[in-house]
Parts: sequence; C-alpha cells; structure tokens
Amino acid sequence: MAQVKAPKPSALAPQPQALAQATNGQEMTGAQAIIKSLECAGATDVFGLPGGAILPTYDPLMDSQRLRHILVRHEQGAGHAAQGYAHATGKPGVCIATSGPGATNLVTPIADANMDSIPMVAITGQVGAAMIGTDAFQEADIVGITAPITKHNVLVTDPNEIPKAIAEAFYIATHGRPGPVLVDIAKSAQQSPMTFQWPERIELPGFNSGARPHAKTVQEAARLLATSRRPVLYVGGGVIRSGASAGLRKLTDLSGAAVTTTLMARGALPDSHPQHLGMPGMHGTVAAVAALQKADLVVALGARFDDRVTGKLESFAPNATIVHADIDPAEIGKNRAVDVPIVGDLKDVFEALVPALEEEHRKHGKPDLEAWWAQLDDWRNTYGLGYVPTDDDLSAPQHVIQRLGEISGPDTIFTSGVGQHQMWASQFIKYERPNTWINSGGLGTMGFSVPAAMGAKVGEPDRTVWSIDGDGCFQMTNQELVTCAINEIPIKVAIINNSSLGMVRQWQTLFYNQRYSNTDLHTGHGTARIPDFVKLADAMGCVGLRCESDADVDATIKRAMEINDQPVVVDFTVSRDAMVWPMVAAGTSNDEIQYARGIAPEWDRGEEE
Amino acid sequence: MTRHTLSVLVENKPGVLARVAGLFSRRAFNIHSLAVGQTEHPEISRITVVVDVDELPLEQVTKQLNKLVHVLKIVELEREKSVQRDLLLVKVRADARQRADVLQIVDLFRAHVVDVASDSLVIEAVGAPEKLEALLAALSAHDVREIVQSGTVAIGRGGRSITERAFERATA
Repeated sequence: MAQVKAPKPSALAPQPQALAQATNGQEMTGAQAIIKSLECAGATDVFGLPGGAILPTYDPLMDSQRLRHILVRHEQGAGHAAQGYAHATGKPGVCIATSGPGATNLVTPIADANMDSIPMVAITGQVGAAMIGTDAFQEADIVGITAPITKHNVLVTDPNEIPKAIAEAFYIATHGRPGPVLVDIAKSAQQSPMTFQWPERIELPGFNSGARPHAKTVQEAARLLATSRRPVLYVGGGVIRSGASAGLRKLTDLSGAAVTTTLMARGALPDSHPQHLGMPGMHGTVAAVAALQKADLVVALGARFDDRVTGKLESFAPNATIVHADIDPAEIGKNRAVDVPIVGDLKDVFEALVPALEEEHRKHGKPDLEAWWAQLDDWRNTYGLGYVPTDDDLSAPQHVIQRLGEISGPDTIFTSGVGQHQMWASQFIKYERPNTWINSGGLGTMGFSVPAAMGAKVGEPDRTVWSIDGDGCFQMTNQELVTCAINEIPIKVAIINNSSLGMVRQWQTLFYNQRYSNTDLHTGHGTARIPDFVKLADAMGCVGLRCESDADVDATIKRAMEINDQPVVVDFTVSRDAMVWPMVAAGTSNDEIQYARGIAPEWDRGEEE
Repeated sequence: MTRHTLSVLVENKPGVLARVAGLFSRRAFNIHSLAVGQTEHPEISRITVVVDVDELPLEQVTKQLNKLVHVLKIVELEREKSVQRDLLLVKVRADARQRADVLQIVDLFRAHVVDVASDSLVIEAVGAPEKLEALLAALSAHDVREIVQSGTVAIGRGGRSITERAFERATA
C-alpha cells in the first residue's frame, strides 16, 4: 500500500475568527450551527460515532471543509483518541457521540481527562426536548452522570444557544486548569432553525481561569531555594499542560536542586539532565523517593501530592518545608499542608521565580549543595534502575521496552495502558521532550493506549507513535486498530505479552500468597494463544509481527519502524514473572521502599551529618 | 466538628443546586440543612448551606465550590455576626380540652397559629434552630401529627451587602 497522508483540510479553510465573522447572522439549523461552531472554535480533527440523536449533525459534518472526522469503532475510543490528540498537541481534543449508550461510553475517557487535566470537548446528542424525562429510547441523563467528572457540562435545548455553549466549552476546557467539558444537545435543537451568532467575548462571571502568582510568595519561595541545603523540585503534569518546560529548565539550572518528574510529568525535564533523579512514588527510583524523604525543601510544581507519589501521607517528606505552585487553588493544601502557596500558571510562576532567585543569589550567593549531591549521587549509583534476567528463557519485558525507546529515539511519542508495562515504559524509556509520554495516570484506565496513540498520531502525523500496551489492556480497545487501518493512521503497537493481568498478578505474588485468582489470560508463550495477536492484527488490516526471544528484539523493532503505511502490531512474548521494582507497597511509608524483593536500601550509607 | 453556615451565591441556572449539593456529598460532607431562593437580583440565587465540618476540610470544600462555573461567591456567616432563622410548621391535635394548653405554649414561644380545625391547630414559628427545638420539646406532651421545617436562611448583620459585588461581576 502506498503511503497516502490523509489531506489536512484546515489549510483550505478560512481562519476561525474570519469564519465566525462571515457566518454571523446566517440562518441555519442547530445541526449546522454545531459544525460551524466547532470550526469557529478552531477544531480540525474530531473523533466520533453517529447514532439517532446526533444524526442531524452528521449530515452537515459531511460537507465541512475544515473538520476531519475519524469514525471510531467504540465511543470510548473516540474519547481516548481526543485525549491522546490533546496530550500530544496541547490543543483541545473533540469527541462526538449519540445519546444514551453513546454518551455513557464516553464516561470513562471523560473521567480520565478530568483526573489528568486534559482539555477536551465532548459533544453528545440528546433525545428531543419534549421527550427528555420520559425514559425515551436511548435517553440517559448524561449531564447528571458526568457532572462529577467534568470541569463543566451543559444541556442545550434552544438552538440559538448552540454557538455560545460550544464557545464556552472550548474556553473552559482550555483556560485555567484544563479539563473536559460536555455539551449535550437535544435532537430537536439540532433540527430547528436558528440564527448563528458566535459570541464576541466569553462572559462567565463565576469562572476563574487563575490568578497571577503573588510576588510575596514567589519571593519567599526564592529565598527558600537560595538557602535550603537539600532542595527538591517535585514536578507534576501541570508543567506539561502549561507548556512550561523551558521555565522548568531555567529554574533547574539556576537552583541546582534535585528534580523528580511524576508519571504525568515524564519529559517535562530531559531525562539526560544531570539533576534529574527520575520518577518518584510507588514505582519511582530509589534516588527520587529518597530525595523527597530527606529533603529540607520540596517545591511542588503543578503536582497534587497523589497517594501514588506520597505513600503514607503522614510520613511523606517529613522534614521538608513545602512550596506548592499550582494553577488550581483547590490543590493547595488539599493533601499536604503548605508553607508557601503560589497560585498561578506554571509559565508565569517560572517567569517570576527565576529572576527572584537570581536576585537572592546576588544578595546571598549560591547555596552549597555539594553534600546533598554527594548523597544523591550515592543513592542513584548504588540503586539505579535495573532488572534481573529471566529464568524461563523468555524476554525480559524491561529489555523490550528499553530497546523500543533507544531504537525509536527521543522524538517518538509513546502511549501506554495501565499496569506493569506502563511502569516499565515510564522507567526504562528516556524522555527528552514534553508531550512524548501519554498515559492514564490518575484514573488508571486500562485500554487507554491504542486509542490514545491513534489520537496522538492524528495530531502529530509526522512523528512515530508507539503504543506500548499489555495483553490485558490491548484486549479492551484494540478494535480502534481497524479505525487506524482504514483511516491511514499508521501507529505501532508493542504488546508486552506476559499472558496475564501482570500488575494484579504481581500483587498476588507479593501479597496474596501466589494465589493467582483470575489473572491468567492465555495469550502468551506455550498457551492456547487466544486470541492470537498476530492473526488479530492481520484481520484488522495491520501488519502483525511476533518476537519471542531477546535475540530478535532489535530486528523486530527495526522491522516495525520500517512500516509506515499501515499500523503494525508486535506481539512481544515476555516472561510473566518479571516484576516492577522498586516498589513502595500501598499504604506504607516511602521510607519502606524496596529496591527489589526483600531488599531495602541502606539510608545512611555515607550520609554526612 | 463544628457547625458552619455558608452563603453561596450562584447564577440562577438549571441544575446549579444539584451541582452544589452533589459536591458536598461527593466529598463526603454531611449537609445539615440547605435553603435556596432568589436574591434582590433575579439572575442570582442564594443557597444557604449548614454543614458540620472541621476548618481544613471546610476550606477544601469552599475551594471546590469556587471551581463550579456557576458559583459566584461563597461567604461563611459567623453565628455572632449574622441573623440565622428557620421556619417551622407543626400540626398538633387539639380539641376543646387541650387547646388552652397548646395556645399557652404558642404564646410563650411567640409563635402563631395559622390554621384552626375542630380538633387540630397548625403552629408557625420562626427562629434560631435552638428556639424551635425548645418549642418542639414543649409540644412533645401533646399529639404532634406533622412537622415540617425549612433549611436555615442567614444574613450578615450591619450595612454591608455580599450580593452587591457578585452582581456587579455577573453583569459587568
């Protein structure tokens, strides 16, 4: 098949603002207004699946010069694709579904986007206004259902309200802390005539898109950074969402502090940076976890003190003064009491904090961090990330993932599902750029990887996109590979096939006496191989490859890298006994981190007192 | 845990009461009472919520409420610096023999009789929750047939208005 890139119609169409001006005052149906509104909002790619209550809107969609609609095979795929698209590009993702089951199938991606602060607009059809509340066919109160998991949502029954509702949805989704907004539009509104009017400005008196960082608290944070002896920057996904990596880099270089990037922040600072200790938390590096535990100053930047990072909250960073900068005031003090709160966009925070710290250095000189770095270096040299060879002649999953990262290179976008493969992908791939690591962090949604990769590839068609997936996750959403094959979205999928729900199995190994209740999936080496992933790939119009030994890993990855006109699925059959280490067992203190099973780090090695 | 009275000014939009109430239950806060009505500005409604909660979680729930797009402003009204009132309606069985007793209680609490039938009375009382509790205790010797109570409504003492600035913002 020759490589055909789907046309990007956006180049042909007028710019959104001009479009709004040209369209204002026109008579049209509500359905046409939905399409025009999406165009005016700047959307170019939307993911969806039609059904009765959204059918009127799919008719004018066919004529749109500006919107590329990707027809998914399940609405959950549309939602995750919109998330992957948003995460990769920083632009809001858009998904469309019909009422009832179409809308409820979006619930998981909406909840996921809400947890991980992903800007997303979901458009759903609703039954006709006169039928709302009658238990009509395919009626579900999706506004009620999604109220707790959206940043905002709204039901529209008046067609004249459509442009305003969609304009506000895009505004809310992308301003302040990003998040998902759902616009539920009655079929009767889609079918009724209206006069198009794109709002000149957004009027939302109750909506706060975020304050500017307060000079006094920025000053205090700078003073602390200049005087502390064991400083750590605890970097969260907010730095990625804010597009503030450059600012983080400046603060890192200037402060000399140790840096940890959470699961949502991998890539915010290049892994190759010498001050980067890696990921903190349950499966973080010993150095990152220990640094936070022993720090005298923790500067949290767009992070939310999640339980997977803090371990037992009361014992997290017990000696540290806490500076917490976040765009969402509700995050500050939510889990951990904060000494210096800074509310603001991280970009603005860095812009203010860097010169303030320079000023402190001018006044008081740079702090002496030599002893701290001697300690940190000792931890990272002694307890670096690693893994033991397998004893069943099958590949180590960590090796496969590490080679994927090395061969594919730092410009590649990686997505993952949830479980062991996700943790290994966050540990063993070196991320050098923001927005190259896309995963479901907060909600932990299995099945995220393939549709998210599809969305990322649509948004960044010139980049290689690898979906790293587990055999369990893959079986939840792989049908979107059909969407990829038909729409020429050539993603690559690496199934880290350990024939089981690996992370659950790991917990059964460690905490349930090796009683493997319902975690065997029969997909791996020496099993019935149901389904056979290579045959499944073939059936879905993809190239299917299989790799069963370490010797073939590199060649298989290179073969997959050469195929750019079709999606590729590689079934990497790996050992099922491999476990994710280091590990802080759930509910225990980070001080009890195990480097490997039964091996606890010696904290006081070489510590200078 | 201590009792707090919050005045929540919201845009008068469909579903806003459900969003506010839902947020409390979702974050595991128990609403003691809730009352809602229009303000002097028809586009602004005022929800009075009474909750039993410690200081720190109260700050968190206030911040979470502030994130709701239709919430304009939240003010905590302290007991000493505000007037807080509930409305109580009680239906009591009272034939000719009992009526004098019941009416004496009504007088003592400065309540009113708002409906009279041959064998029953409906009493209306307005006051702070403690006063209404005392009234109910006094009536307990009689045959109380029905009780209905409003949520607390509250307003700050003195000349300042909390709606004024919210209204200016909402209509700017």
